[in-house]
Formats: sequence, structure tokens, C-alpha cells
Amino acid sequence: MKTMKQILGVLLGAGLMVGATAAMAAGDTKIHLDSPNINMTDRNSLQRGAKTFVNYCLSCHSASYMRYEHMSRDLGIDPDVVKKNMLFAGDKIGDLMKASMSAKDAAKFFGAPPPDLSTITRVKSVDYVYSFLKSFYPDPTTPTGWNNTVFEKTAMPHVLFPLQGEQKVSAKAETEGDKPHLVYEHLGGGSQSPEEFEGTVRDLVNFLVYLGEPAKLYRYKIGFWVMVFLGFLLVITWFLKKEYWRDVH
Amino acid sequence: MSNDTNTKREGLVNPGQDTPRRRFLRRLGLGMGAVGGAATAVPFVASMTPSARAKAAGAPVEIDISELQPGEMTTVAWRGKPVWVLRRTPEMLATLKKIEGEISDPASEKSIQPQYASNELRSAREDILVLEGVCTHLGCAPITAFDTGEESVVDKDWIGGFFCPCHGSKFDFAGRVYKGVPAPTNLPVPPHRFVTDNLIIVGEDPEESA
Amino acid sequence: MSKVVGWIDERFPLTKVLKEHVTEYYAPKNFNIWYIFGALALLCLVNQILTGIFLTMHYKPDAASAFASVEYIMRDVPFGWLIRYMHSTGASLFFVVIYLHMFRGLMYGSYRSPRELLWIIGCLIYLMLMAEAFMGYLLPWGDMSYWGAQVIISLFGAIPFIGEGLSEWIRGDFVVSDATLNRFFAFHVILLPLILAGLVYVHIVALHKVGSNNPDGIEIKANKNSAGTPRDGIPFHPYYTVKDSFFAVAFLMIFFAIVFFLPEMGGLFLEKDNFAPANILKTPPDIVPLWYFTPFYSILRAVTFLGDYSKLGGVLSMGAAIFLLFALPWLDRSPVKSIRYRGGLYKAALVIFVIAFVSLGFLGLKHPDHYDYLPFLGLKNVTWAQIYYFIYFAFFLLMPIYTKLDKTKPVPDRVRYSH
Repeated sequence: MKTMKQILGVLLGAGLMVGATAAMAAGDTKIHLDSPNINMTDRNSLQRGAKTFVNYCLSCHSASYMRYEHMSRDLGIDPDVVKKNMLFAGDKIGDLMKASMSAKDAAKFFGAPPPDLSTITRVKSVDYVYSFLKSFYPDPTTPTGWNNTVFEKTAMPHVLFPLQGEQKVSAKAETEGDKPHLVYEHLGGGSQSPEEFEGTVRDLVNFLVYLGEPAKLYRYKIGFWVMVFLGFLLVITWFLKKEYWRDVH
Repeated sequence: MSNDTNTKREGLVNPGQDTPRRRFLRRLGLGMGAVGGAATAVPFVASMTPSARAKAAGAPVEIDISELQPGEMTTVAWRGKPVWVLRRTPEMLATLKKIEGEISDPASEKSIQPQYASNELRSAREDILVLEGVCTHLGCAPITAFDTGEESVVDKDWIGGFFCPCHGSKFDFAGRVYKGVPAPTNLPVPPHRFVTDNLIIVGEDPEESA
Repeated sequence: MSKVVGWIDERFPLTKVLKEHVTEYYAPKNFNIWYIFGALALLCLVNQILTGIFLTMHYKPDAASAFASVEYIMRDVPFGWLIRYMHSTGASLFFVVIYLHMFRGLMYGSYRSPRELLWIIGCLIYLMLMAEAFMGYLLPWGDMSYWGAQVIISLFGAIPFIGEGLSEWIRGDFVVSDATLNRFFAFHVILLPLILAGLVYVHIVALHKVGSNNPDGIEIKANKNSAGTPRDGIPFHPYYTVKDSFFAVAFLMIFFAIVFFLPEMGGLFLEKDNFAPANILKTPPDIVPLWYFTPFYSILRAVTFLGDYSKLGGVLSMGAAIFLLFALPWLDRSPVKSIRYRGGLYKAALVIFVIAFVSLGFLGLKHPDHYDYLPFLGLKNVTWAQIYYFIYFAFFLLMPIYTKLDKTKPVPDRVRYSH
């Protein structure tokens, strides 16, 4: 009993030391960020996200630490499909996912080189990327003709415009003690309905999270079995300790 | 009741006694610990195997041989090793029969080649020879020794083939090793297939045998 | 088997060493859970060295390819991600363990005579560990790696006269650069691990010379039986080996739970900004060292009240905060060692000190001008840091006074032990 109390005490102490500081700020945006509620076990979603990524993002942004072959294996996309539909001319399936546009050219076009997307969801939060991608609105005062409520004056044009169409901010719903939620009005255009588009962005963000850390697909599974094994070992060592300590009075 | 150690059991009682229960728990604990240790070793050992980058760099390579004239050879790197593609002339092929007696493993029984190159010419197609340019002695890269007579890098009786400058191993136009040289077996033939008549992929077997 | 052992014993004192340090090393029987952290620290060291060796096989200490090589480890190397997370989690947990180990020493007076040297060696280990962690943190060449190193190395610039030259010498350049990365790599993988291993060895030798302290702060060697062994001691093996095994497994469960389920620990173990490569032209908005340095970082930033000398004052304060740990054996004037027999004064001081230390750690993660600490009181973070700055130093500097004034309880002759 005494030992248990001490264990709890130490855990609590350690928890305080670390946990007291765990509440880190998510991101410094002025508006509320939406959560995509992604599900990494949904392989279809990841595959759809991969398709969107290759079609819309990869022309300007690289994911230069990731190999097509790795993605093909992890997401169960047939290598032949990858070769036929995703690779740029001259690329091999073992190659890294480099943008078709060179970083230099891109910097010239957009004023800043488009960031590498390999770890984007680990640098920015998942919510940030998700909200950013659906928050473009037309703005004639910017060079690209687009602006973004999450990242004002972003150099990035609204690449997903053919899917989403145009929208504008119609209201700012203030919630108490929180950042304002923005309400958008769909102005038409775009091949997808607002709901469909949200699904597309959700799949894309899901894929970006995978892209940030491919090991995430399997580390939970391995971790589970490691914990089960250590749990057994813990019980055995507990009895072993008790057995030997019967000598001590 | 005195205040000292005599009346109550104190300190260690029967220290170190080895009961069956202790033995069992100890062995179980040590056994599981060993299993855990072995399981921990797996990722560490695995991390030293070729990485995805190494594998990608070792991916099959395509060779276009449309420009390759009879008697010419081209070299490409596959998995970091030189791979030779030689378009043999009828004269080159004719030498193979002549020197059969001087060859250590003429039927390539001890040597490495895919099943479709397991023949006298050691090739899937009569004229095209595909070889790994790695001497089977100690891994040097042999040189071409196509010239004969006075021009030869080997000797003036040389009939043409390959020659390893490191330790003097000699090979014929099928990569077969001569008798009496240090290299033990013929030069290996890597897996390869013809996509078209003029396009070879090294590193992949023909589809029917894969 | 015994023949082989005999052969070795004639040439090397194998059996003698094992007896002295394992099977017949008598440790007090009344160790509580606070006494597991020494063994756990050793486990952490082994983990860091082992995973470090394997990371070195794939990592490239080159500013142009360091970041990419870490992502290469995370993606292309089989199980590279696991080894990397074991290393990054291990680093943080090493500090958790070391801090708890040091706190144990504070509670039970483990630094008191005859263990002053043992404590000093331990403080040196802590200092070297901080250097090791700091240099290791530069290696991924992430944005925070780069700017963290830039800021910390610039601290040396505050030293009068030689400062600027010194920081240039440390960097090998005018800013943190490839040269810095290369030398930090050399220190991180060769020099400091060697020093650490040597210090840990000396730490254990010193421990086994003076014997372990215990929660009662009683010298068990003062009371031996007719066989010459301490009455309150039990052989380290098997009793403490089995006990430590149990806690080692418990520790590994926490360790692997983090490795597999929470490797970033919400940005505390792996910072967000460090997933982007170093951008030498733009500083991230909030430069924050990793959590285990933040108490001292807070002390550094708390000195804003010395005008032109604030920078130097901050650097000196940070140095003094660490140096005072070394002086602890001579600051404590209490007649007793363990907190069990101390009076309310010391207990209160220790509680306040822990609160101050943890709070400084929290404040070091926050922007000095924000209001994150007890926000309803309306004080800036830096103000709180200044309050705790004084508490931190008061704990040490006033120790000779309050430990003397403190009403202590009589210490029994024998340790207390119950099942």
C-alpha cells in the first residue's frame, strides 16, 4: 500500500513537471480553426488525398523526403497506377516526390518558394492546414487575385478553385472567450458542393498527416504489442520482487 | 521484551534460499527478458539493411542498345556494380568453341546465371551478352581485352575476351573463366529481360519466369 | 565454468569485483521508490548510447544535408523512426529521471558528509548532460535547433572583453553554421559521451566507497553484525536487482508509451518549429529551448533590472544557479540529513523551491510579456519569473540560516522498515 502511494506520488510529481507545461499554444491565428477529424485507418480517404495531392499540390510543392514507392506500398496503391497516373515524365517509382516546377522558378512566380510539404502538418498544426485550404476568397487587391482568412496575404493562389469555386465571408460569429468563427457564403463555381469539397480537403489533410510521418500508420499497432509484452513482464517482475523480498524483515 | 534484535525476526531471514517458486519466476522473467532483448535487437539489425534509398538506387535500369554496333560494348551501373552489354560478332562467338578445353567451367555448372542464360553462350539472345563486370576472385572490375596478337593486353596468343588486371584472371566472350587463374567461377549474368529488341532492363527477369 | 572463472580471477579480479559491487554490496533495506532513479538513469544512458550509435550510421553532420538525413532516417531507413524516437524520448526522460534523482538527494540529504564528492560528481554529470543535450539538439538542423544554438552561444558574448571572440571560437564562424554543426557532432557523439561514461563510472565508485544513503539518512555502516556486514543492509543482488527490474519494466512502459503514442509530447519533446529546416534569415516568433533547460532559461531572462548589465547579469545568474548546486553540501547546516527528521522550516523551503523550479520551467516556455501564469492575477510572465528567481536563490543562499534555526527531530539508531 505504501509503495503504491509512493509510486503515485512520483508519477504525480513527474506528471506535474512535464504536464504543467504541456498546454502549448496551437497556433497564432486570429480566427478559430476547424478540426478535420481525420481517420488514418481509412485507406480510401488516404488514397483520395494522395490523388488530390499529386494533381493539385505537387506541381509547385515538393515532398522531397518521401518516395512514391513508399506511398504506393503504405497506401496500397498499385505501383502501375502510380507509374501511369502520378509520376512526372522521367521519374521512377523509387524517386522522391519532387515538384515539377523548380524552387527557383516558383520563387520567381510567387515571390517566395512554396514550402516543402513533407512535414507541413508537423510544422503547422493539422487544424491550421485544414482551415487554410478551405479559407480562400477572391481579392482583387492581391497579385494572385486570392486572399485567405487564415493566412492573410498568402502568396499561394487558390489552387483548389476548380473544385471549390468562390466564396466570401458573410458573418463573424463571436464565441465567448474564443476566436471568432467565420461563416462563408458560397458564390458559385466549382465542380463540388461545399460538403463534397470539405471531404476533399479532409482527405487531402489526412494524406498530408500521413506524409508528415508515414510511421504513424504502423507505430500504434507495434506500440500496442510492446505494451502488452511489457505488461506481462511487469507482472512477472512484480511477483519475483515480492518473492525475494520475503527474506527481508 | 528487550529492545534489541534477539526477540523479533529482523534483517535477512534465510537469505538466498532457492525455492521452486523463485526458480520458476526467475527463469520466466529471464526468459521473457531475453525474448524482449531479442525483439529489441530486430529494429536495430533491420536498420542496417539497405534503406529505401539504396533500394531505389538499385532499381532495375533500362539500356537502349539500338546504337550498339556488333563488337561494341556498353557499361551501365546497376546496384553500384558495372554491368556490361556486349553485342558479339560471329567471330567472337566462334572463339567460344575453340577454347572450350581451356575453360574451367564450360557448362557454367558452378557459376551464377539465370536459367534463361544457362547455355553455352551464357545469354538469352545469341548476340547480346549481359554480364556483371565483377571478377569472381576478389571483386575487381576486369577490363576488355578484345584485341588479339601483338595489340593484346594479355599475350600474343590471346584470342579475345576479358582480363582482370588485379590478379590476372582471364575470361572468354561468354564471361567463362580460364583454367589456372585465381578466379573460381565465370562472371555472373544478372537478371535481365528484353522489353523490345533494342531495350534491355537489367534487374528484372523475363515476365514468364518471374 | 568455475575453471574459466578461476583462470580469469588469476588475471583479473572478476569474482572480487562482482562480490564488492553486486552480490556483497550492502545497500540499506529501507529504500523507497525515490531510490530507483539511479538505476533508471543508467538505463537511459545505455539507451541513448545504443540508439545514438545507430543514428550515427545514417545521419549526416552537414548543414546542407543534416535535416534531410533525419527525415531519411524517419522514412527510408527500416525502423529508423523507432530508433530516432527512442533517442529523442530518451533524452527528455533522461532529464526527468535525473531531476527526480537530484530531488531525492535534496529530500534525504544525500549530498551531506561523507557524500559531498559523490554529489559533486553527480552535478558534473548533470552539467555534461546539459551540454550533451544542447549540442545534440543542433544536429537535426531544424529551425529551432539553429536559432536555439544561435541564442545560447551568443550568451557567451556577454562575458566582458573576451565574449565576442569566445562565441566566435565556439561557433567557428560569425553565426551558427556548418562548422558549428560539424564540431557539435564531434562533441555530441565522441567527447561528451566519453566524459559522461567516465563520470558515471566514478560516480558509482564513489557511491560504493561511502555506501548508499537512505530515506532515514542513517549510516548503516555504523551498525554492523559480528560478520562485519551492516545490520540494516541487504545484498544488492538479488534484492535490489529484482526490485530495480520491476521498476525498469515500469519505466520502459512509460518510455515506450511515449515513443509509440506520443513521441512529440505536444511539442515538448519534439518542437513544431524543428520539423522545418533551419531558415537562417528568419527567426521563429518564439524561441524556446527544450523543457529541461527552461528553468535556467527563465532565470536568464528574468534579469531585466540591471540596465546595461542585464545581459551579463542574466548569464551570470544562470551560471550561479547551476554552481550553487555544487555548493549544497556546505550550505546545509542541519544536524540531520533526511527530511523525515527535519523541522517545518526546511520542509516549507523545499516545497517552495520545487514550486519555484517547476514554475520557472513553465515560464521559460512562455513569452515574457504574456500573461500565462495564473492569468487572473494580472502579472506578466517575466514578473513571475523574477519572483521565482529570487526564491530560487534564496533557497540556497539562506540555507545556512534556516537549516540552523530549524527544529529537528531525534534520529533513531536504526532505519525504519516495514513491509
